Amino acid sequence: MTVPLLEVRNLRVEFPTRRGTLVALDDVSFSIAPGEVLGVVGESGAGKSMTGAAIIGLLEPPGRIAGGQILLNGRRIDNLPYAELRRIRGREIGAIFQDPLTTLNPLYTVGRQLVETMTTHLPLNPAQARAKAIEWLELVGIPAASQRIDSYPHEFSGGMRQRVVIALALCAEPKLIVADEPTTALDVSIQAQVIALLKSLAREKGTSMMLVTHDMGVIAETADRVAVMYAGRIVEIGAVRRVVQHAAHPYSSGLMGSIPPVGRRLDRLQQIDGAMPRLSAIPRGCPYNPRCPQVFDRCRVERPELMPAEGNLAACWLYDGAPQHA
Amino acid sequence: MRDVAIQGVSPTFGSTGAGPMLETHDVARHFDVSRPLVQRLMAGEGRRLLRAVDGVSFAIARGTTLSLVGESGCGKSTVARLVVGLYPPSRGGVTFDGQDLAQARREAAQRRRMQMIFQDPYASLNPRWRVADIIAEPIRAFGLAQTRAQIEARVAELLTQVGLSPLDGQKFPHEFSGGQRQRISIARALSSNPEFLVCDEPTSALDVSVQAQILNLMKDLQARLGLTYLFISHNLAVVRQVSDRVGVMYLGRLVELAPAETLFETPRHPYTKALMEAIPDLEMTGRQRIPVGGEVPSPIDPPSGCPFHPRCPLANDRCKAERPEMIPARGTPQTLVACHAVEEGRDAA
Repeated sequence: MTVPLLEVRNLRVEFPTRRGTLVALDDVSFSIAPGEVLGVVGESGAGKSMTGAAIIGLLEPPGRIAGGQILLNGRRIDNLPYAELRRIRGREIGAIFQDPLTTLNPLYTVGRQLVETMTTHLPLNPAQARAKAIEWLELVGIPAASQRIDSYPHEFSGGMRQRVVIALALCAEPKLIVADEPTTALDVSIQAQVIALLKSLAREKGTSMMLVTHDMGVIAETADRVAVMYAGRIVEIGAVRRVVQHAAHPYSSGLMGSIPPVGRRLDRLQQIDGAMPRLSAIPRGCPYNPRCPQVFDRCRVERPELMPAEGNLAACWLYDGAPQHA
Repeated sequence: MRDVAIQGVSPTFGSTGAGPMLETHDVARHFDVSRPLVQRLMAGEGRRLLRAVDGVSFAIARGTTLSLVGESGCGKSTVARLVVGLYPPSRGGVTFDGQDLAQARREAAQRRRMQMIFQDPYASLNPRWRVADIIAEPIRAFGLAQTRAQIEARVAELLTQVGLSPLDGQKFPHEFSGGQRQRISIARALSSNPEFLVCDEPTSALDVSVQAQILNLMKDLQARLGLTYLFISHNLAVVRQVSDRVGVMYLGRLVELAPAETLFETPRHPYTKALMEAIPDLEMTGRQRIPVGGEVPSPIDPPSGCPFHPRCPLANDRCKAERPEMIPARGTPQTLVACHAVEEGRDAA
């Protein structure tokens, strides 16, 4: 087994509030191998974006890491001082967010933003960086890159802007990209272009990626492995194909079943009744137990850890001591 | 078609019972986006019109669902607003149950028969009103129940119908999740016993498991109450689940209109095909997808001829010059398609 590029161990993120401490992430552990794409899927409030934010050190106060470790190349990065973290962010971890308009500085030309990123992190002078910036813009498919480099973000369309953001995230050649809903704000035809681009660039440069999205289709096409999150915990993690076709956790299989297929018409979609619990009211035991069709007594009392299930790992008592398939 | 009794309503309101529920005839809506007069004179430029919807014709049969699908800026939401009379058309007309819409909007008895459900359940419910009051407002406005007890009974019935508890009426919207709020929106829309609902991206703001709940609820209600839906969405997979007919829009025009199964099994317009190609595939057949190049052009200055020609793999000189009309497609005559390539048979292979 290769050394993982990123390792997250028992991560716990808390939000202290007047009415007590809310636990947004509870005991989240996973790793990403070099060159691997890990998809993180879940519904709003499941903690998937929070996990990404914790890794790049951009948790919004009062949120804070209350336990666990984040290791990049075997080195702890969750407790670094701000200046050192800033050096890592950009150089070793690139970030792509949902909304390209808030990621880019509207007052600077895209060229200036690319040049600044590269001169900060790489041993390049401004002229070299500018030449490199044009190369990057060409690489992400911006037509007439040598002219467009002096345009401002508002002069680009949404899809083109997200291409600029991708160039910005990749230009310092980080080892890991954290992409949080990178295509959610885009139309489907543009989304397909951007995913294809992200995939080919990551493969070409050997970059690892943590792809956070609620769109299982995007993950199915892009990721190698997927982690399914629910109420601040990982409930299942495994190879994408396994999880899509043989989800072990009742929540993951419910989630897969509720995605409307484009290939055929169903009389009724499979639905999960109820809604995800609020952070202030996460039930005892397994957090999914009030909605779970296969719930039994143990689920209401004792919290399951990730355990082997159907070739994946699932946090579900159904698989405790059950005979395992390969 | 109209054998399903509409609950609690005697079908006397001028309904002929025959013909489509709703029809649009070459309806268009243009917005003036010119700069202020002085600036315009100084720059020597004319008026600029944004043709959000530019000649759209369709009909929706009673008790069925027509979906309009397309990317941002294609005009689908503007059509939704035209159809309920929130915008007057710049050209063409809309008839509701055989009556001109502008006329129908003037009569409360007709207005009651159409309602709208919006995308954002956080913005479309008044945060200061209790849920029971939100749902009761149309009942009071249209005078559908006289006594307080009658109104309360009706609100409780509506809440139950959308899968909430009658006790939820005493709560405020912020106490509910997104999916529950959309249920409240639906209960409010149903409170005037409408026959026609316009649903503008009703599940786009919801998580996928909750989306399934709402789509199932909408299907149940349609079967139970005989509702007619105009369903607006950008999500083809959702559209396939709910529609009887589907219209694909591009830059303010319909490019293809067909029965749902025909459209999904044999899409004809190159844009429809491109849209389907672009959907990420859960089944992971490992197919090599060829995403359509380019982006949707600005509706202020649309391309000449067929608006899709700059992105179309089949475009030729005729497509650049001449605007295609919606005509029955070769091979699938139930499909109306606006494409020269289909008309000439160049889309084979």
